[in-house]
Amino acid sequence: MDTQQQYSDDARPVLEAPDIARVLTRIAHEIVERAKGADDVVLLGIPTRGVFLAGRLAEKLEAITGTKIPVGSLDITMYRDDLRMKPTRAIGRTEIPGDGIDGRLVVLVDDVLFSGRTIRAALDALGDIGRPRAVQLAVLVDRGHRELPIRADYVGKNLPTSLRETVKVLLAEEDGRDTVLLGSKPASS
Amino acid sequence: MMRHLISAADLTRDDAVQILDTAEEMARVADRPIKKLPTLRGRTICNLFFEDSTRTRISFEAAEKRLSADVINFAAKGSSVSKGESLKDTAQTLEAMGVDAVVIRHSASGAPYRLATSGWIDAPVINAGDGTHQHPTQALLDAFTMRRRLVGRDAGLGQDLAGKRITLVGDVLHSRVARSNVDLLHTLGAEVTLVAPPTLVPVGVETWPCEISYDLDGVLPKSDAVMMLRVQRERMNAAFFPTEREYSRRYGLDGERMAKMPEHAIVMHPGPMVRGMEITAEVADSDRCTVVEQVANGVSVRMAVLYLLLGGNESAVSHTRTEENK
Repeated sequence: MDTQQQYSDDARPVLEAPDIARVLTRIAHEIVERAKGADDVVLLGIPTRGVFLAGRLAEKLEAITGTKIPVGSLDITMYRDDLRMKPTRAIGRTEIPGDGIDGRLVVLVDDVLFSGRTIRAALDALGDIGRPRAVQLAVLVDRGHRELPIRADYVGKNLPTSLRETVKVLLAEEDGRDTVLLGSKPASS
Repeated sequence: MMRHLISAADLTRDDAVQILDTAEEMARVADRPIKKLPTLRGRTICNLFFEDSTRTRISFEAAEKRLSADVINFAAKGSSVSKGESLKDTAQTLEAMGVDAVVIRHSASGAPYRLATSGWIDAPVINAGDGTHQHPTQALLDAFTMRRRLVGRDAGLGQDLAGKRITLVGDVLHSRVARSNVDLLHTLGAEVTLVAPPTLVPVGVETWPCEISYDLDGVLPKSDAVMMLRVQRERMNAAFFPTEREYSRRYGLDGERMAKMPEHAIVMHPGPMVRGMEITAEVADSDRCTVVEQVANGVSVRMAVLYLLLGGNESAVSHTRTEENK
């Protein structure tokens, strides 16, 4: 997890609050269209910010379909492939909706899609919890530079970046405001 | 950085709360169809048990297996120790086999500390009970059980046990559980009272961060949790009380005494229980008694400790306390 301090002062917003709201509305409509009604959809957010995004998406889906959408969180810390390369990380919350995920369409929700390693870990974690009918991926920002054969089904914004740049999603629930910042890494790293 | 878990007194408040919070997440794994996490895959953990144990050994083994570690069980009985092998040689054998962590129980106080600091072995050492000294994972699982019951499962996250009144009753003298609990509960902000016959109170107890009482009936109405300790006959080499009957009448917990406790208060026991001695069957089988819950929580807490000590390339538990003391 990157902290805000690691981002330089010249970080500029690429998505503002109204853009984020619009983008989530569009993704909600796309989910309903692709799933033909979203009857068996379960939204699972990846902590921290994916959980808030999943909550917002669920609200929008409920507004569109008029049915309750199960929403939960899936922590992938214990499934990471870089656990032994860094100090031990704190574990986030995994909360699977009561009816489980067997036979459902699980939509994973995360803020930024980068290397794809988080999603690989999430797929492993899902395998230990149940057997969904299908798994799809919704992200707010796809910044490229994949290291694994993984792609998103629903993308809020495709953001071509260089590896020297950083992408930071701020959400009201955690950071007090909604915005996506594009900055450059401090020279030291 | 803390590499070993030797004593509950080494843990800071933040370390302890982090372990309890992590254990809360680990507990959720037990509700899943596949009770396994890949986190310690490829790591080898040796359970080195020089002293008999049922629940601690099984609990550690379950925790290690749920985290996908490879487990080597070593019991002193039936090993080269019974042929006279020393702790040093056993440790060096394990080191040569490439063990990544050692869980040790020993009847001699200080054996885990010796193993951790001797340089015989490079792996992290987790104390699973040494003599009459410490049993830190037991204290952590007791604190976890108290936090769940007295504060709440979700409400407890990030919280300590500030202001909770905990009473430990019985054979304090021989009890590593009591020592570990007093240390950890004090760190977590609880008020601890020890109740025991004067003969079973250790020398120097006045330096411990707790109250001493000899009157169980007076303390019970002011307790949020009462922990009954087993009378450890195997460690007793003198007559500490006249008869078992007299001990039970003055320091045993029966239904009548339990009724004097506040409505919300719980009865705990680290096990194994001696029914009819320190606790009656009526109390042991009541729903206020958390013995079975403590066993289940033990697996979650040990998973948390193993993850935090071994999960990354350096431990998540700081070691500031012992550094200061040195």
